[in-house]
Amino acid sequence: MTKRFGAKVVLDAVDLTVPVGESLVVLGKSGVGKSVLVKHLIGLLEPDAGSVRVLGDDLWAVPSRRRDELRRRFGMSFQEGALFDSLSVGENIAFPLKRHTKMTKGEVRDRVAECLEAVRLPGMEAKRTSELSGGMRRRVGFARAIALKPEILLFDEPTTGLDPINTDVLVRVITELNHRMNPTMVTITHDLSVAFAVAERVALLDEGRIRADLPPREFETSPDPRVRAFVLGDSSLEDARTAPEEVSP
Amino acid sequence: MKWPVRVLELVGGAVTGVLEALGRFVVLLARTLRGLVRPPFDLRALVSQVVRVGVDSVPVVLVTAGFTGGVLALQTFNGFARFHAEGFVGSVVALSMLRELGPVLTGLMVTGRAGSAMAAELGTMRVTEQIDALVALATDPVKYLFVPRVLAGILVLPMLVVLSNGVGIVGGYLVAVRLLGANPVVYVDNTFQYLGMEDLWSGLIKAAVFGGLLTFIGCQRGFDTTGGAEGVGRATTAAVVSGSLAILVADFFLTKVLF
Ligand SMILES: Nc1ncnc2c1ncn2[C@@H]1O[C@H](COP(=O)(O)OP(=O)(O)OP(=O)(O)O)[C@@H](O)[C@H]1O
Ligand SMILES: [Mg+2]
Repeated sequence: MTKRFGAKVVLDAVDLTVPVGESLVVLGKSGVGKSVLVKHLIGLLEPDAGSVRVLGDDLWAVPSRRRDELRRRFGMSFQEGALFDSLSVGENIAFPLKRHTKMTKGEVRDRVAECLEAVRLPGMEAKRTSELSGGMRRRVGFARAIALKPEILLFDEPTTGLDPINTDVLVRVITELNHRMNPTMVTITHDLSVAFAVAERVALLDEGRIRADLPPREFETSPDPRVRAFVLGDSSLEDARTAPEEVSP
Repeated sequence: MKWPVRVLELVGGAVTGVLEALGRFVVLLARTLRGLVRPPFDLRALVSQVVRVGVDSVPVVLVTAGFTGGVLALQTFNGFARFHAEGFVGSVVALSMLRELGPVLTGLMVTGRAGSAMAAELGTMRVTEQIDALVALATDPVKYLFVPRVLAGILVLPMLVVLSNGVGIVGGYLVAVRLLGANPVVYVDNTFQYLGMEDLWSGLIKAAVFGGLLTFIGCQRGFDTTGGAEGVGRATTAAVVSGSLAILVADFFLTKVLF
């Protein structure tokens, strides 16, 4: 699929498939279009060309009712949390439960508490979202995304800006979710340790295209200079034409 | 490139832009209207909007109506005194308030208060991705955000207008009787003598239409916000300007139809 904003081509005929049950991590420089990519997966943005297929359905060829049915099977956490600031923390997490399930009040309360527990924010139900720090918002957004126990999870930089302890907490939650329910997951991150901890496949988005799409081991050792530059965090490697073995130290 | 081509391109671009915006506007309007007639309705959200649009606007509407009624009495008294028709001041105040000034001024004041607040709220939700989050949670933002607000506007404006009519008439009475020394009995008689139910109704119908218009425009401006905090500021201003203009234009046509 292709996406432009004005004259700027952000996604240039990107072709990406995530098999059911797989955990894919998308890496890429800031501003390269990772958020734009995940927003296409859940139908927040419509591609200018090409299509997005979810569980066999073309998102933009089906009626909007069907699109909403599909969206109910997703959980997405946004880069900045995107919490509803008219609602409290607890109400934010309860939002999908109240709208899309027939759970009783007690069941909703229990599930909300469970989700907050998972992101290590127990007992925060009554807090206003404006009282939270950036990292706390992101964790509440994460809790809201997993509340419905969806089959497909999209995490847009869930750990960016978190301290190492809380990063580890989220990585554990993600790995545990993966083991227990085996959801299809797409995680965006800049943090290579997070990437390699949760990924079954790693893709690098670069200049509007998928530059590499490999299992974590092979990604780490890929000879592609753009991948090397990313893995080693060395911008001087980016434009190297030669394979990294030949670059003098 | 030759300049005629550039000019054509610029004009073409502008026209496409306007048509696109118009198209989006119409689509949003259609989705809102559909949401207004199709269940389920969120009663809690409606009540909270009624409180925010209605109750919170009461003070400003009272002050506006009171002083408008007063000024109306003052002006007409001066004018009518020139041909010894002071007795009709009451009728003029009552008729102008009910048919015209009550609905229009209330509409304009509520646009400034509630329409702008809605644009700011939805605009902030847009730029902080809360609207995206709603969509991602399989919730129609038009149904969830627009419908309770627009419905609240349609229901509340007529109530505010009734209030505004009453206070305007009282304001006129106070000025005419207390300040200008008109005969209270004659004044009150005159106030109601030429009033018909249709005067009240026409004002209330106008009010309902204005209420729907100003809330919808407030929501739409906020919903279509782009460009961060600055964009929210622009959306808020635009909601007040286009909301007010829409009320004045609609008022003309409604007056023509309802007379
Ligand atoms: N709604 C939009 N309108 C115009 N341009 C946009 C829009 N959304 C994104 N872009 C542009 O698309 C490009 C990619 O943005 P995106 O947010 O996907 O980056 P990202 O890879 O997620 O970066 P980061 O790691 O910093 O979050 C940016 O250049 C941005 O300016
Ligand atoms: Mg991003």
